[in-house]
Amino acid sequence: MEKELLNEQEIERILTRITFEILEKNKGAENICLIGIVTGGVYIAERIKRKINETEKIDVPTGILDISFYRDDIKLAKTRKKIKPTNIPFSLDNKKVVLVDDVLYTGRSTRAAMDALMDFGRPAEIQLAVLIDRGHRELPIMANYTGKYIPTSRSEKIKVYLKEFTGKDSVVLITQ
Amino acid sequence: MKDLIGIKELSRQDIEEILNTAKAFKEVLQRDIKKVPTLRGRTAINLFFEPSTRTRTSFELAEKRLSLDVLNFSVSTSSVVKGETLYDTLKTIESYNVDYIVIRHSSSGAAKFVAENTFASVINAGDGTNEHPTQALLDAFSILEIKGRLDGLKIAIVGDIIHSRVARSNLYLLSKFDTEIRFVGPPTLLPQEIPDNVKIFFDLQEGIEDVDVVMILRIQLERQKGAYIPSLKEYSHFWGLKKELLNYIKKDAVVMHPGPMNRGVEISTEVADSSQSLILRQVTNGIATRMAVIYMLNPKEV
Repeated sequence: MEKELLNEQEIERILTRITFEILEKNKGAENICLIGIVTGGVYIAERIKRKINETEKIDVPTGILDISFYRDDIKLAKTRKKIKPTNIPFSLDNKKVVLVDDVLYTGRSTRAAMDALMDFGRPAEIQLAVLIDRGHRELPIMANYTGKYIPTSRSEKIKVYLKEFTGKDSVVLITQ
Repeated sequence: MKDLIGIKELSRQDIEEILNTAKAFKEVLQRDIKKVPTLRGRTAINLFFEPSTRTRTSFELAEKRLSLDVLNFSVSTSSVVKGETLYDTLKTIESYNVDYIVIRHSSSGAAKFVAENTFASVINAGDGTNEHPTQALLDAFSILEIKGRLDGLKIAIVGDIIHSRVARSNLYLLSKFDTEIRFVGPPTLLPQEIPDNVKIFFDLQEGIEDVDVVMILRIQLERQKGAYIPSLKEYSHFWGLKKELLNYIKKDAVVMHPGPMNRGVEISTEVADSSQSLILRQVTNGIATRMAVIYMLNPKEV
């Protein structure tokens, strides 16, 4: 069974709010960079970048991070996910890095992403922005900016559809 | 997939997945910290029964960049000279609980034999005159980087084809794409049975005319006891790729060589060092490609 949790307009409003929260917390967009986690996070980061540009007229450096090589479950996986090359064409030293992901779940992806970022330099700070927080954390990790908190059971699935990828914006809860 | 024994058994999709993964590893190698923790806690052994410096070094670096623990085992220092069989060597190694075995052996089929007798993932680093799959993959990766595609390309493989596992693996790989493959060389160095999709040329200039890629093979001095060629001087005269001949290939064509080169024999110094030469890029790409292969394999759970 599928149930739509967020539609296009709601996603748009949430991303606008998150953008302003990022700007408020960091007192502007100076010294900030955005890193989108493959795949969903990449598009969300691009949208936040555009929104920051609209209000602050600053072009925030934005990178792409694939965390496959930092995962802790390679031994459990029988097949390998398709990898999109990481692209962070700027230094992270002393930057305030905002990691962007579509769904926060166990926290393991965020842990992997933080390990990866450390290999790129020494950021002043790492913050986390997510569109959906569905609970069930297995690590002591929480987001600085949360779009919507949605309590789920582990058997349920959250699907985030984004225009850049699927042609529509929608967040759906799938119950088996 | 547990092992990589040859290109022959791979599908086009398998190859594309490996090459796509190699692209991600190439990015890793350009970072300040050129190492990822992916395979931390696992062990690889490089089992070389034939002399090799660059393939072994390339594998070793690839393994270290994946955070594997690495053991090197080469024949001159091993108990093989004391009479141990390949099977017993293998069982000894297995008792160390290694997860990946990279093997080079002078007998065709050695890698397959090892793969069938161990839980570890086995990667063929060259078995006799059979295959050298990671070389073909890194060649394809290098072509893809420059040309953006394999389909539609004309590729000439030149020289000592009969002894070359590199040529065989490349033939298998390129045949899975929509390419025109040419074998160019003296009749004594071409195999007797040649697949229908390969065009044969007994003249270098004709063979490389209008191609996108020239793959020069090394004259295997150590395998020339059967008098396949009259002399190196004569070989170089008729089959060495010299600067003047670059006029016959496409303007944006590239020249490749798996190394080690015999400069002045199969390839002239001007060609080897020209802007059209991909030879050093091949070496760099070898590490990323081998990382991708190791990453894609799954050792059997014991």
